[in-house]
Amino acid sequence: MSEATYSGNDIQLVVFKLGREEYGVSILQVQEIKRITEITRVPHSPDYIKGVMNLRGSVLPVIDLKKRLNLPPEEYTDDTRIIIIKVEEIVVGMIVDAVSEVTTIDQNSIEPPQAVVGGIAADYLSGVGKLENRLLILLNTDAIIGMGQEVKAS
Amino acid sequence: MDINQYMGMFLEESREHLQTLNSCLLDLENDPGNLTVLDEIFRSAHTIKGMSATMGFTTIAELTHEMENVLDMLRKGTLAANDDITDILFKCVDTLEQLVESVASNSDTTIEIKPLISKLIAIAKGELVAADSVPDSRQAIVASESEAVAHDCVELDDTELNVVHAARKQGLECYQVHVGLRVGCLLKSARAYMVMNALEELGEVIKSVPAVEELEKENFDSCFEVIVLTTAEAEKIEAVVLSISEVEQVEVFPSVITEDTASAPTPPQAAAKTDKPVEVKNESVAANKTEKPATNEHADKKLKSGQSVRVDIDKLDSLLNLVGELVINKTRLEQIGLTHRLSELVETIEQMDRVTTDLQTVVMKVRMVPVGQVFNRFPRMVRDLSRDLNKEINLIIQGEETELDRTVIDEIGDPLVHLLRNSIDHGIEHPAERQAKGKNPVGEVRLIARHEGNNVIIMVEDDGKGINADVIKQKAIDKGMITQAEADKLEPAEAVRLVFLPGFSTADTVTDVSGRGVGMDAVKTKIESLGGMVDVETKINGGSKFKIRLPLTLAIIQALLVNVSEEIYAIPLGTIDSTINITPQDIKTIQNQEVILLRGQIIPIVRLANVLNVPTANKQSDEELFVVIVHMGENRAGIIVDTLIGQQEIVIKSMGKLLAGIKVIAGATILGNGQVALILDVGALKQ
Repeated sequence: MSEATYSGNDIQLVVFKLGREEYGVSILQVQEIKRITEITRVPHSPDYIKGVMNLRGSVLPVIDLKKRLNLPPEEYTDDTRIIIIKVEEIVVGMIVDAVSEVTTIDQNSIEPPQAVVGGIAADYLSGVGKLENRLLILLNTDAIIGMGQEVKAS
Repeated sequence: MDINQYMGMFLEESREHLQTLNSCLLDLENDPGNLTVLDEIFRSAHTIKGMSATMGFTTIAELTHEMENVLDMLRKGTLAANDDITDILFKCVDTLEQLVESVASNSDTTIEIKPLISKLIAIAKGELVAADSVPDSRQAIVASESEAVAHDCVELDDTELNVVHAARKQGLECYQVHVGLRVGCLLKSARAYMVMNALEELGEVIKSVPAVEELEKENFDSCFEVIVLTTAEAEKIEAVVLSISEVEQVEVFPSVITEDTASAPTPPQAAAKTDKPVEVKNESVAANKTEKPATNEHADKKLKSGQSVRVDIDKLDSLLNLVGELVINKTRLEQIGLTHRLSELVETIEQMDRVTTDLQTVVMKVRMVPVGQVFNRFPRMVRDLSRDLNKEINLIIQGEETELDRTVIDEIGDPLVHLLRNSIDHGIEHPAERQAKGKNPVGEVRLIARHEGNNVIIMVEDDGKGINADVIKQKAIDKGMITQAEADKLEPAEAVRLVFLPGFSTADTVTDVSGRGVGMDAVKTKIESLGGMVDVETKINGGSKFKIRLPLTLAIIQALLVNVSEEIYAIPLGTIDSTINITPQDIKTIQNQEVILLRGQIIPIVRLANVLNVPTANKQSDEELFVVIVHMGENRAGIIVDTLIGQQEIVIKSMGKLLAGIKVIAGATILGNGQVALILDVGALKQ
């Protein structure tokens, strides 16, 4: 990795994997990363809500990110993690296949989302970042959480 | 100075004082001559003025300043309080509230205070009073008098009185000198000093109002009073003082405190009724004296309540959270002790249990606030409402000292407003109608709070016309909520409860039926979301009674933990009647609804596994089934669960906004092993 330079245009991302693709979410939204723990199912909740978990005494919802993005489910492994993010006072966990690194990316190298990337509706994405020869899919966390009106996957 | 750090304090205190102003003005309205109340009002207005001036909110300061002028005249008896004046003062308080709230919300909306200020000034000049409100001559006299008695009779304390009496024995006379400086006089303090000096030469100055220090600081408008003991004559004094430049007006008269008036106090009410200026003077002095102890008492009370600490509610919440954590960990330790059979650990935990229970109680108590905080604003509301509707209403408030959890207090206001409005608007009849029915033309609305076990009961009662069950039934049928057949089966008491049905309240209901139903379902939903219940009793022409039952606290409750397949759920103990064992054969069906017979009562049952879509298949065996009988107001239901785990203290945790809309679940809790269990909302279980 080239040395991180902190110019005004740089943003730091937590990079994680869903299936074979790499995704990124702004480090400012990430509160912590946990191993998978016991999750209590909540009846009558949307299907992408895996349930609720106990994070040091507070109860927070956990989103099954793959289900949310219409990706095929996979068994949990030792690499499976829950990324705790906070979006406008709402704290939720997101289950991901693995967390790989924290990286810096130039904002100028982010392109607006194409209509469909990897079968994911563009609504859930905020852009695609190019990093050397890798592509990072940047998540639109507001839409993931379901703030405002429900975004329908096309 | 960075004023922002004082902002919170300013807002809180202003709101408190505005509340005081509101309630005192109400008192004043009922008892216009009450000086204690006037003093209280004056003090509050003065504090607001001071605070807002310091904080730089000039509009607030300006308005309160003008209010103060009027209040001061009221206090001194130069102006008699009447409905018009209190109305304007009420308006001032309303405007002040708006101003304070606009400060709070940081909004730039300009609130016009000019009209109010000019009205206040007019009152101060006696114009408005003489102009529109007072046909009888008495008021006119008061208004024209205001010039003559524009100065207060200085009140002397005991030591000063002793001095006066001693001096009189030596042949000295006691005069009160009223000195008015030219308006716009610069160096007021210097003039005052010169006046004092001149008077000292003539005799002995025993008191001045304001006090000398205040005069030196120029803390007075344009006039002040001096009590002087002298052998000189009144004319002499007048001449001497007038010779000082910029002194415009001097009046010298024998101090009114004679032994007669001092020893024979007249009841304070008399002060308000008197017509003649002289008497007004004498008696208001007497009134002042008799009122004094009351004022002191009040001050004492204030002092006592002052010995508290203002704590940010967030801090209390986090304290409560920590205690909650402690309880969870204690439960966890208990389990370890039990599974590993460590008797020593179990014993220690028992002791710890006592401490944590105490700690919990204390923290709970800290969060408790008297319902009076909510009730306080109702007298004003009822007054305004009864005026708008031309009804006479006597609001009786009882048990305002009853304490409730802060979170409940914050939420309970709106439902109560609803109920009170309903009672006044639709319950209480117009005075003429009441008289025709042989009732007291003044309607009575009672707002009562009291403890009952682990609950707090709040009742809104009126002696109005009551709710007609037949009309309600008809309405529900018209709206298609129930069928005619269903309606016929309903007992009157049940029919009245239809008002709580969602959708029952519509604009047209308000006018057609006695109107009960304005947002009643909203009231019910709110109360239930607080874990409470609401019920209604009514008697035609005898009035209605709405009874709200609320849990003392919302944060930590006793619950029964149950298993449904692999999942654990908590059922609040407050909703549980009993638990029973049945066999599958005990379950009968009536109209496709599974029911059981319990002590002669038919109770519908709910299979929790179905309601909650628990994934693993139901075991349909001959085994015993566990049924938890729960109650919801008058209705009961049985919940079938797989096993009962046991009773436990649980800390209610919110699941956050994202999952707030799920009906059957009231919240979550963390069990001793760190696992999250969901709390059932029993009320939502039976559809």
